[in-house]
Amino acid sequence: MSLHRRDVVKALLQDRGKVLVVAGLGSTAWDCTAAGDRDLTFPMWGAMGCAAMTGLGLALAQPKRRVLVLTGDGEMLMGLGSLATIGVQKPDNLCVVVIDNERYGETGMQESHTAHGVDLAAMARAAGFASGLLLRDAAGVAALRKAIHETAGPHFAQVKVVAEKIPLVLPPREGALLKTRFRAALLGSAANTE
Amino acid sequence: MNAPLPAALDWSLAAHQVLSRHGFSVVGYVPDGGHKRMIELCQADARMRTVVMTTEEEGVGLAAGAWLGGAKTVLLMQSSGVGNIINALGMLRECRIPALILVTMRGEYGEFNPWQVPMGQATPEVLRAMGVTVQHADSAADVAEQVDAAARLALGSYQCAAVLISQRVIGIKSFEDQTSR
Repeated sequence: MSLHRRDVVKALLQDRGKVLVVAGLGSTAWDCTAAGDRDLTFPMWGAMGCAAMTGLGLALAQPKRRVLVLTGDGEMLMGLGSLATIGVQKPDNLCVVVIDNERYGETGMQESHTAHGVDLAAMARAAGFASGLLLRDAAGVAALRKAIHETAGPHFAQVKVVAEKIPLVLPPREGALLKTRFRAALLGSAANTE
Repeated sequence: MNAPLPAALDWSLAAHQVLSRHGFSVVGYVPDGGHKRMIELCQADARMRTVVMTTEEEGVGLAAGAWLGGAKTVLLMQSSGVGNIINALGMLRECRIPALILVTMRGEYGEFNPWQVPMGQATPEVLRAMGVTVQHADSAADVAEQVDAAARLALGSYQCAAVLISQRVIGIKSFEDQTSR
């Protein structure tokens, strides 16, 4: 295992163009912020297990935009049913990427189920995603970035990364602010008075 | 059984018209006998995207994401499902994301299944504890008006509002009755 999470997220978000991003709570939200705090990234500070479904709601509301969910293995494990729900809806503009350090990073680095062989990518394939990849190297990440921008999903990828404690890079905390800035950037300032 | 209901009693049709008028375009649901007709009406509506979910909690993420993208969401669930969304509701409150929840009640008016009673009785309290505005529809004729008022409050005040549709309206009286629907 040689990939580092900050490098992976930075590579996936490089030249992101019009991609809309949902970041699951904890380390993946900090990773996205480290790659650059953006209005069109919605970092979650709670609602564990809801990141993939938030991505689905956004993908259905914005079918012409690409939507990328970046989340952790623990967060994804708490919402496994959403893989089945997304598999039924089959939004071709949605990509769910799990940054898998096999740990609950915010709570003391306890091992998650993926440390014991639980295969999220296989679950996503079985649920009906267009692809479900297990990635371990930079070439795979580069190909994933291309898929996020170019090919019909829904895609799922589980990217194995080093379990490491790294400095926190925190986005704004206030939920109403994060929501409002996202909507204004996406829908225009008229959305603020809807 | 197939004769059309009088308009005042076809609360699902009346409530669906209200949802349509307010522009709800995403409908998240976990199937429930009381919502059967509403689910079918939404599925048949080309302006609504219905999303069947494995658990009600998924609906909170769905509503949040849809609102980020400019779409309005209504969630359909049974009172037992309310217990599955409590922590997630914190996101809607903290972010001031509007959502409408239509809850078909069990565990109250004439319930036959004792396992439904604890959550049914706790439903209004736990919703209120999470900051959800709770309204009640105790007769078929009252549903559409309550849904309209709850929708206006939710969308106008960036809040989560729920309408609890009484078991008296739904009228399920036995397990045999429920499964024969």
